[in-house]
Amino acid sequence: MRYIPNSTQEREAMLREMGRQSIAELFRGIPDQLQLNRPLNLPAALSETEALSFFRDLAERNTTRHTGERMVSFLGAGAYDHFIPTIIDTLISRAEFYTSYTPYQPEISQGTLAAIFEFQTMICELTGMDVSNASLYDGSTATAEAVLMAERVTRRSKVALAANLHPEYRQVVDTYVRNAGITEQTIITCAETGTVLPEAILNLGSDIAAVIVQSPNFFGGVEDLQKLAEAAHKIGALFVVVVAEGLSLGLLQAPGKAGADIVCGEAQSFGIPLSFGGSYCGFFATTEKLLRQIPGRLVGQASDSEGRSGFTLTLATREQHIRREKATSNICTNQGLYALMATIYLSTLGRRGVREVAEQNLQKAHYAAQRIAALDGYQLCFTAPFFNEFVISCPKPAQEVLDELTDKKIIGGLALERFFPEMKNEVLVCVTETTTKEEIDALVEALK
Amino acid sequence: MTHALPHGRATATPENAVIRKASTHINQNEGVIFEHSRPGRVGYKLPALDVEAAPIDSMIDPKLRRDDDLAGLPEVSEVDVIRHYTRISTWNYAVDYGMYPLGSCTMKYNPKLNERVARLEGFAASHPYTPDDLAQGNLELILELEEALAEITGLAAVSLQPAAGAQGEMTGLMVIRKCLESRGDARKIVLIPDSAHGTNPASAAISGYQVQTIKSSGNGAIDLENLRQVVNENVAALMLTNPSTLGMFEENIVEVCRIMHGAGGLVYMDGANMNALVGVTRPGDMGVDVIHLNLHKTFSTPHGGGGPGAGPIAVTKELESFLPFPRVVEESNDERQRVLRLNYDRPQSIGRVRAFHGNFSVLVRALCYILSLGPDGLREATESAVLNANYIAHHLKDDYEIAFDGKPMHEVILNDKRQQKSGVHTLDIAKRLIDYGFHPMTIYFPLVVPGAMMIEPTESEGREELDLFVDAMRSIAREAEENPELVKSAPHNTRIGRLDEAGAARKPVLRWKPAKAS
Repeated sequence: MRYIPNSTQEREAMLREMGRQSIAELFRGIPDQLQLNRPLNLPAALSETEALSFFRDLAERNTTRHTGERMVSFLGAGAYDHFIPTIIDTLISRAEFYTSYTPYQPEISQGTLAAIFEFQTMICELTGMDVSNASLYDGSTATAEAVLMAERVTRRSKVALAANLHPEYRQVVDTYVRNAGITEQTIITCAETGTVLPEAILNLGSDIAAVIVQSPNFFGGVEDLQKLAEAAHKIGALFVVVVAEGLSLGLLQAPGKAGADIVCGEAQSFGIPLSFGGSYCGFFATTEKLLRQIPGRLVGQASDSEGRSGFTLTLATREQHIRREKATSNICTNQGLYALMATIYLSTLGRRGVREVAEQNLQKAHYAAQRIAALDGYQLCFTAPFFNEFVISCPKPAQEVLDELTDKKIIGGLALERFFPEMKNEVLVCVTETTTKEEIDALVEALK
Repeated sequence: MTHALPHGRATATPENAVIRKASTHINQNEGVIFEHSRPGRVGYKLPALDVEAAPIDSMIDPKLRRDDDLAGLPEVSEVDVIRHYTRISTWNYAVDYGMYPLGSCTMKYNPKLNERVARLEGFAASHPYTPDDLAQGNLELILELEEALAEITGLAAVSLQPAAGAQGEMTGLMVIRKCLESRGDARKIVLIPDSAHGTNPASAAISGYQVQTIKSSGNGAIDLENLRQVVNENVAALMLTNPSTLGMFEENIVEVCRIMHGAGGLVYMDGANMNALVGVTRPGDMGVDVIHLNLHKTFSTPHGGGGPGAGPIAVTKELESFLPFPRVVEESNDERQRVLRLNYDRPQSIGRVRAFHGNFSVLVRALCYILSLGPDGLREATESAVLNANYIAHHLKDDYEIAFDGKPMHEVILNDKRQQKSGVHTLDIAKRLIDYGFHPMTIYFPLVVPGAMMIEPTESEGREELDLFVDAMRSIAREAEENPELVKSAPHNTRIGRLDEAGAARKPVLRWKPAKAS
């Protein structure tokens, strides 16, 4: 096997040197009855050529812009098709980054540590928060961790989640809290705007650990975070802002500035490929005051005995390998390499690029929304301002509309009925900077 | 003094020590990316906006927008970015440089073909909400990997959703809880040996269980007598690692499972050490109910400096209906062709543990590994990994104390008892190993072994690399006797020395800030 350096002869020589007769001797600790005395029932080994063609065939059976049926897509809903600079893949393909372990030995892991330190800085800048961790699995689990942290901080066991939170994030929170003695409440949203109104929060009562609001919300609408933060704080709850579309932060007010106590979400938009939903990169930021309750790893600055400055994992006493069942989270491996991708993206696009991409999303999405809403029978479902996603109400069941569009090589968006049974005619449409005017016009034409 | 070497220049070493694998090298200094920022530098180019631009104020009210103009992000060119990250990358050690003997972490070679196939556009550009009919390749891949892992573990069903080992543990325990609830009794306690990974108790806690720590016997095995005594109608499960974190196969595993099942509990196996077992024995055949696998250990997907990983779980038939949704199922369409669908209608499921379909890009790599090795290659990998660990144990037993008598499998645990006499501790040995060109082994784990040094070479090391490692460890043992200060002040050849970690935790600096103008 080409991944195993020692030849059979070398292995035999090693055995002899150790005074052993056979490899089987090394497995004598396994009782005979448990030894699998047959080959695994798996296909015989493929050569590199065969493996490549096997995976090419599979990949070709998926429809994307350039594979399978070759379709333009207007899907978003927590996973966004954005421009990815070539150099991200160039840099993360350096073996020093992708074939290294968690940086537990700082003297020979300074590259990873420095990059995470930059990631933490950039997340703080974008969210307007004091501290960020080194990443979590994804936006959904970051949201669940925020709920668990709020319970630890406030010692309250009830959390309130906006009805327009990403439904899969909500499902993940449901799973995480089920056995944690935490109960959930849903914050109703305004039928007209599709957003959360402060009154809905004020009506929650005074025993809520956290108010969890996503902005832009699942329907694409931008929430008035300042007003909602005030309401959440009035009832003594932490205000948690979830950001599923990171690039919206290129344009929208930093949630920290609006009064958020925790800002968490998904960094996929920062240079991470769609990859059928993963791997992505969760982020998690909070205030200085709540630092000691943050889940996951943190990188901090430190110096050696000669005064040279470097980076190291720090405040590990919160973590599972030290605190075990009393840790702030069970997370160990996180999304290190993908945090690096986001960091390289944010460096490459930089101050101007992040803003320019965000503005292109805004402009193109509004162009598309206006044109679709001008069609007979179609209208925008909600009145709130939006970033790059919006809900369209169709004149007939959304799934029928989408099926007709796929016949015309367009994936028109996400039918919302799967998550919101009452929204039979509604489609969530996403338009990013990668969608051309021509493609938008083709969608509008196909809807006619 | 310095020592003349055949390859490269010598580094500061004591008499007798020969550092063959590494020498000093120009090391680029580099600040953080923010320090490269200069107003007006640009690292990207977008296509021009092709729709008519509307005034932004008309779309989003200024009070909902940011007013800091993103001043905290850098302004750098593409060249600046490439240079910066290339330079800092050289400060890392990596598997592609050499042996990375972290015990319990299985730092094996990450095949480059896996990287290539995971980047194929049909996977990389595929949206998670693509209609099933247009994502048959992805669903096929999920099904194939589930089937392969079911065969490897000897269990009935697999969920690929958990994003890493710890999430797999949590998912598995939640599945156990749901199963017991359906039997009418969720129970309260999970038994965990004192030698377990820290994630085990943390995952049990997050799944709503109280942790009861059980002492392992002298050689790290489960103490059957003790187990019989502690197990009762409140115990939901035993969580055990096999081979144990001491690197030894749980010889009584069948009896352990029988005791647990007899008392109405289930057995969870931490699969972190599956690299010792693949193709040789199967957890399902042992009586285990749930196992998680670390694809980023056993199945060669890269660690990426701390993720992403993937932590699928495999379960018995009885537990299948409790797995996270959605599940890939086979159906036939109107033309009676086989089609794959995502099925969300799983009333008994514990729910979702992650949005979408798990760390899919990791799954692609793992399947490529399994298909590239085939049944013979998988067994060969296991055998070579165990051989390599035994080879190291054989050659180091005269210089270091081996923590346990027994039959080590894919990793070996030494302690620092002999070196302590001259004031040298495990941490010092680990740091000195860096000067010899190796990443340190796992240290001070498992907690039950004082001064543990846990060495896992994996199958990816050839004999000459193992010999270099043995030589380095022997040389350090000599240094510990002859020149202990040299070891205690190591590493000497890295760009920084040991960092003041206590100081860093006292006054945490967790982000960069521009120097204040004075």
